[in-house]
Amino acid sequence: MSQLKIKSSIAISETGFLFMPNTGDSFSVNPIGVEIIDLLRQGKSEKEVKKTILSKYEIDDATLEKDYDDFLNQLKQHNVADTDEN
Amino acid sequence: MSPIQMKINVAVTGLNATDNPGPGIPVIRCLKADKGLDVRIIGLSYETMEPGIYLHDFVDKTYQIPYPSAGKDSLLERIKYIHAVEKIDLIIPNFDAELYSFIRMVDDLKAIGIATFLPTLKQYEDRHKNVLFEYGVKHGIQVPKSKAIFSVDEISGLSREFTYPMVVKGKFYEAYIAYTSEQVHTYYHKLNAKWGLPIIIQQFIQGNEYNVAALGDGEGNTIGAIPMRKLVLTDKGKAWAGVSLEEKGLMDMTRKLIKETKWKSGLELEIMKDQSGQYFLLEINPRFPAWIYFTAGVGQNLPAALARMAMGEKVMPYTDYQVGKMFIRYSMDHICDISEFDKITTLGEL
Repeated sequence: MSQLKIKSSIAISETGFLFMPNTGDSFSVNPIGVEIIDLLRQGKSEKEVKKTILSKYEIDDATLEKDYDDFLNQLKQHNVADTDEN
Repeated sequence: MSPIQMKINVAVTGLNATDNPGPGIPVIRCLKADKGLDVRIIGLSYETMEPGIYLHDFVDKTYQIPYPSAGKDSLLERIKYIHAVEKIDLIIPNFDAELYSFIRMVDDLKAIGIATFLPTLKQYEDRHKNVLFEYGVKHGIQVPKSKAIFSVDEISGLSREFTYPMVVKGKFYEAYIAYTSEQVHTYYHKLNAKWGLPIIIQQFIQGNEYNVAALGDGEGNTIGAIPMRKLVLTDKGKAWAGVSLEEKGLMDMTRKLIKETKWKSGLELEIMKDQSGQYFLLEINPRFPAWIYFTAGVGQNLPAALARMAMGEKVMPYTDYQVGKMFIRYSMDHICDISEFDKITTLGEL
């Protein structure tokens, strides 16, 4: 099963400023994005991340599913994360 | 081993701290940032409106020198005159166009007690834009295909060797991206009028550009190297802000080049990373770039290391620097009396 892995070199501040030291690219991530990245860095699975977000915020399954996929695609597209094949 | 304390008189060119800045003032800031160096700075200027002439916190005394086109002999005569007054220990030239004259003068300068730390004439000429492709092949470094052209008649045949867009470059400075042969014509004439022939045609590489400022000791060792990505560009494509990076591919290419060529002196590499992650060397500037003060700011004072090596000190390579540091330039008005302009204009010194 594939698990998304945030690149270890990525620096992200509490305010959501994300810096990629190998390219100099930087991005702004909103607070929930920071939370998702933190959870992924802790090695949480997709299922665990979604469960945490659902328990903390008022959001339905379908919207979370869509927004989560969209966010993860952006992370991959900008080389912030890789798919780690287990 | 702690660095040696020394008092030196250093002559520096490139005092044009304008929106298209020369590296002189940043090099001086680096030298002054080394607390072990007690430096007196002798500015060498070509024009009377180079801001560094008037910045006495950086430059103690400035002398006008002849343009490179006047030839080596007149430059050497002028340097001898300045040396008689100032007792210069070291000269750090900072312009591409003047390097040829200074490199040819290295032995003459040494004979009168002036140190330099410059590439050899062969090192300088081998990395010229018009032969960079062959240079890359020789040293196993990827360089976009390029060709020097000496006549507009050659433009029509370019489409057989290159695909559009292609990059049209001046001999020393400036580059434009041309999408049609008409644009190649326009840029050819523009660059020829400004910098002369040849004009260099280079295959355009789509990707991100990175820069590395580095220092080679002449024996194949990289004394220091800082990779940077420009964050803001001026309309001339010069860095107005940048950030330090950690990227193995850039460092590997830099170390390989310095090792292969035994490069002696400061240099700046312009490198393109294409979308597949391959690195292409676009240019080697044979001197420190105008953003060189940033290297001192992130932990590697390359101009100070150059000065120390030029004065005979054994300098150990830097092993670390701070990643994710940023520089941003600013402009400021300096106020001085018109009599200063009078002196540099009429007497040729200030």
